Amino acid sequence: MERFIQVLVDGIATGSIYAAVALALVLIFRSTGIVNFAQGEMAMFSTFVAWGLYEAGLPLGLAVLTTLALSFVAGMVIERVLIRHFEGGDVLTLVIVTLGLFILLNSLAGWIWGFGNRGFPSLFSDDTVVVGGVTLSVESLGIVAVLLGVVGLLFLLFQRTKVGLAMRAAALNPDSSALVGVRVGHMLMLGWGLAAVLGALAGVLVAPRLFLDVNLMGAVLIYAFAAAALGGFDSPIGAVVGGWVIGVSENLAGTYVDFIGADLKILVPLVIIFVVLLFRPAGLFGTREVARA
Amino acid sequence: MSNRRVRTAMVLGLAAAAVAVPFLFGPYRVGQFTLVLVYAVAVLGLNLLVGYSGQISLGHGAFFALGAYTAALLIEKASVPHLLSVPAAGVVCFAAGFLFGVPALRLHGLYLALVTLGLAIALPQLIKRFDGLTEGTQGLTVDQPVAPGWLGLADDQFLYLLSLALAAVMFLLAWNMTRGQLGRAVRAVRDREIAASTLGVNLAATKTRVFAVSAAYAGVAGAMYVFAIGFVAPEAFTLTISFAFLAAIVVGGLATISGALFGALFIEFVPVYASDVDVALTGVIYGGVLIAFMWLLPEGAAGLPRRLRALAARRHRAAEEKTQEGRLTQREGVA
Repeated sequence: MERFIQVLVDGIATGSIYAAVALALVLIFRSTGIVNFAQGEMAMFSTFVAWGLYEAGLPLGLAVLTTLALSFVAGMVIERVLIRHFEGGDVLTLVIVTLGLFILLNSLAGWIWGFGNRGFPSLFSDDTVVVGGVTLSVESLGIVAVLLGVVGLLFLLFQRTKVGLAMRAAALNPDSSALVGVRVGHMLMLGWGLAAVLGALAGVLVAPRLFLDVNLMGAVLIYAFAAAALGGFDSPIGAVVGGWVIGVSENLAGTYVDFIGADLKILVPLVIIFVVLLFRPAGLFGTREVARA
Repeated sequence: MSNRRVRTAMVLGLAAAAVAVPFLFGPYRVGQFTLVLVYAVAVLGLNLLVGYSGQISLGHGAFFALGAYTAALLIEKASVPHLLSVPAAGVVCFAAGFLFGVPALRLHGLYLALVTLGLAIALPQLIKRFDGLTEGTQGLTVDQPVAPGWLGLADDQFLYLLSLALAAVMFLLAWNMTRGQLGRAVRAVRDREIAASTLGVNLAATKTRVFAVSAAYAGVAGAMYVFAIGFVAPEAFTLTISFAFLAAIVVGGLATISGALFGALFIEFVPVYASDVDVALTGVIYGGVLIAFMWLLPEGAAGLPRRLRALAARRHRAAEEKTQEGRLTQREGVA
């Protein structure tokens, strides 16, 4: 039983990381209708920057904060310089462009930092705490706490501030928002900046659990896609719940189903995406799409 | 000369050049050109899907791998003759593509991209997992086709010409298909999905068929790859190969048959020269090229002549308007 709860909590912790990336995907999808295939690689790049700053002698916390700020700016620049040109284009073009960004960032990181892997320090201590008779790692609890904090901040931003309101308006109806004075372009940039921050955060949280290399986020991106598909691509709550479900089921399957083991864990999200698409294409919390000619 | 005759002359010229290749170059170059043909078939298959039907697959490397392993296992473990393994690989991949496509294609094109990307990431793991059959990371060595003595050809020349023949068959089939009922239905679905369905095109069935055909092309290319290399291992079928195929169709030109050849040349020769500079350069070029082509030349290299003609026509028109304007002002001046 204790083992089961440990696996469960660990699953929620990993799931929180997937949820962060899924939230980033949802944020961009809601405002621009783009599924950003490069989200994971942007996060990987940020994580390398954090590692570089840390190696250069910055304390870890400061290195991470600096990285988040840099990621915010970089995300806005990517939207303004690259994505803006293609906005409103067909799905095929946008997938190819974000995928191009995916490959470009992956290879650039390899060029700059090499293809080898390295350890990444954790933001949390490696202690354990006993909660209700079950030994849990501080790291797992810390990751969940960070995610909940981020979700809370996002909620405040979108529901309680004027900028958040403008962002929601710009996503819902760009033309009308522009008419009432919302700078729609700025809101899109802001969305990409926030998404980049979420991704960077996920990267820094996941790197200590894996090794930091250029393929750090490859699998995480697939899990995040599964989380977003499960929760619904336009639902932030769905992204979080989806992330947790994916994280927990992945960990349970990896631990208790011998055939799957560590190698085939990657198939779990694929199967989940398939099942969701077959039975509830809009996801659990998503809005159903209506096709119009 | 009419347009049609120009095209016929170009095709014949290309065919003659293709047949001449093994007699002009050394074995190493011929081997590279053999791989170009292999990639051309896979790229053509992907282009049938992406270019003509507007569906996106990021995981054609997986079907390429499935075809390669099917052929390798049939040849090595079941002693099936080489040439028979090609249609077998095609049929297996057709079936796999069909099964995969049935659920994935009912929905938005985006989801297909997601699932196929997942497939491409998961596939090397799957190959390793079934190491009893696939020998895992060690890989399988496969006997390559040997030139029959009476032909008087070296093995590399024979291998090239065999690949050329197979590729020619696949290109002809594709050319026929794009102009037949399936091709028209597919284009209709791509351009106006809802309109096509009201005209009686069965969307799901059409998409699934194209996906399966496209997978079969990748499978045939996989079998040809086994002939060309004589070895299969999971490392050959990572995400990189799927991305390379996608880069190839964008460079060559979406929805063009000839573009597959440009694209295949691109993905065979760019890594050869790029890796001299840095191992990462190939990826930088692929990524940069995807973005740059979508920005500047969405029709790809095959669209370049058309683009230039349009540009020239516009220049011409603009110049004509200018002279006309000049004449008008002159006349006003007289009045």
